[in-house]
Amino acid sequence: MSAPLLAVEDLRLHYRTEAGVLRALDGVSFELNRGEAVVLLGESGCGKTSMARALLRLLPRNVADYSGRVRLGGTDIMALSDEAFRRDIRWSRISIVMQAAMNSLNPVIRVGEQVAEPLMIHAGKPRAEAMDRASRALTRVGVSADFMDRYPFELSGGMRQRVVLAMALITEPELVILDEPTSALDLLTQASIMNVLKRIKRETGTSFVLITHDVGTSSELADHVALMYAGQIVERSPARFFFRSPAHPYGQALMASVPRLHDRTEPRHLEGTPPPLIDPPEGCRFAPRCAQRFAPCDRPPPEARLEDGRRSLCWLHGAAP
Amino acid sequence: MTAPGTAPLVHTAELRTWFTLRKWGFLRAGTVHALDGVSFDLARGEAVAIVGESGCGKSTLARTLLGLDRPTSGEVAIAGTPLGTMDKDAMRRLRATVGYVQQDPYAALPPFMSVATILAEPLRIHGLSHGRDRLTAALEEVGLTPAAEFLEKFPHMLSGGQQQRVVIARALILEPALIIADEPVSMLDASVSAGILRLLRRIQQSRSLTLVFITHNLATVRHFADRIFVMYAGRFVETGPTEALLDAPQHPYTQALLAAIADPDPDNADHDRAVPDSEPPSLINPPPGCRFHPRCPHAMPGLCDRDDPPAFQPRPSQTSWCWLHR
Repeated sequence: MSAPLLAVEDLRLHYRTEAGVLRALDGVSFELNRGEAVVLLGESGCGKTSMARALLRLLPRNVADYSGRVRLGGTDIMALSDEAFRRDIRWSRISIVMQAAMNSLNPVIRVGEQVAEPLMIHAGKPRAEAMDRASRALTRVGVSADFMDRYPFELSGGMRQRVVLAMALITEPELVILDEPTSALDLLTQASIMNVLKRIKRETGTSFVLITHDVGTSSELADHVALMYAGQIVERSPARFFFRSPAHPYGQALMASVPRLHDRTEPRHLEGTPPPLIDPPEGCRFAPRCAQRFAPCDRPPPEARLEDGRRSLCWLHGAAP
Repeated sequence: MTAPGTAPLVHTAELRTWFTLRKWGFLRAGTVHALDGVSFDLARGEAVAIVGESGCGKSTLARTLLGLDRPTSGEVAIAGTPLGTMDKDAMRRLRATVGYVQQDPYAALPPFMSVATILAEPLRIHGLSHGRDRLTAALEEVGLTPAAEFLEKFPHMLSGGQQQRVVIARALILEPALIIADEPVSMLDASVSAGILRLLRRIQQSRSLTLVFITHNLATVRHFADRIFVMYAGRFVETGPTEALLDAPQHPYTQALLAAIADPDPDNADHDRAVPDSEPPSLINPPPGCRFHPRCPHAMPGLCDRDDPPAFQPRPSQTSWCWLHR
């Protein structure tokens, strides 16, 4: 068994705010093997986008704490200087498709130029070669090469999102982070772009970190699931177990709330709201909404290792001391 | 007129709402055929889901029923009164019979008003009593308790789900006969939205309201609507009872919409979805014939690209506008 492509250990990202320190990521750990996809699944405000920012070191100014270990294929990328990170990691080895990225294309530059740009800047490729590879990257994501000379406003939202995906793939990075890549798109377009991602994963062995709140869509690409709640990862499981029978009580409640097309049981909602990330509760952060809470939940739960390679941050699975 | 209770609450025939684009700079002139000839009746106490992708005309249909967009042609009447002929006072009375639940609850609630002020406003405008008891009862009906506490809060102090409950309470406070909910849960987390949909359905059934539930996601409608209207490019393509339509979709577009939905299942990763790679048509120059034909796997050249399909009834309760059923 070779070492994982990505190993994140005890990663923290806290922000300074007027009300105090906001713990957006509070000690998260997960791993990802080459050629696989891990889904970071969670609802709004659980720290998903902070995770994308922390992995790519795209940080705002009010960072209070940014610490932990992130190893990418043996390199400790947290130890790199900002300049080395920019030169050797960002877009050369890790690229990103951000949420609603289709709206961030430069309106006055032709699509082909924009897709080719990372290759010229990060890999120093000559223009002709970069443009040639841009046209192939566009074809791969389902955009005709005829669109190279068009401007972004001439393309539909779905087409622009494919262009952004081509831009993230053109440098052939080992890891692509997808932050809600399809959530602003129509259902048919969403499904068609997920088809593209599956094909790319199969054909090129690119690894993906897919960040999403959409449980159904997440199952389209996932080999592993890391379930987030209030700045922590509360469950890590292989997808084939998570989507059938999640271990953590939050995972169970979330799955029960998802409406299913071919299921006659009515979805059940979850009472309450997640805790604040400024001064979160001392014990289990899900405990106030948990139907299975018991005495130990007032203290921070340990990460329990279960069978089938599953891990759960829950006292139900951890031995009470 | 028939006796109240038997006549449809909402009646439309060949309803069209078009928007004219004027030439402005490099933008071209044209007409957007947002809603292009739909006909239907809604009975009192019935819940229908209008399903389709963005730009299919579902929000324009909602806005036309609310009197916010003027129909270009065709008939639209609510409780027997045609919308086009109303004067200002009649329009105000109509607005009391139609409640509106918007997509984004945060944008729908004025940030500087307390929940009490927000709920009292429609009552004040219509000259009704807006005592605290009335407001408290409204909040209790949507499950915001203790109501006294919520009355003093401002929208930013509430979670998204709580804000949407306030929007629903406001929509109900004039005791309307019709509620139009335009994507009421698409901004909310899954764990919250099931509760909102269940609340709407419960109130609709207990008050015998007519509910128009607009959504892009067919997976959410099974438990919350009696009938489904599927829209594409400004028109209906298929209508039918919820269970029948979900279990045996007849129109190729409905079939594609259902194929696009991923129920959470690890096997999804192993196969591709049967959806077209192309995009919906322009509503300025919609394709001739069936509007879905450029994306349809069953399109028949010489027919689908030339003649508008009429309504067929491939199954007793289902109507489908598709030449395949000829």
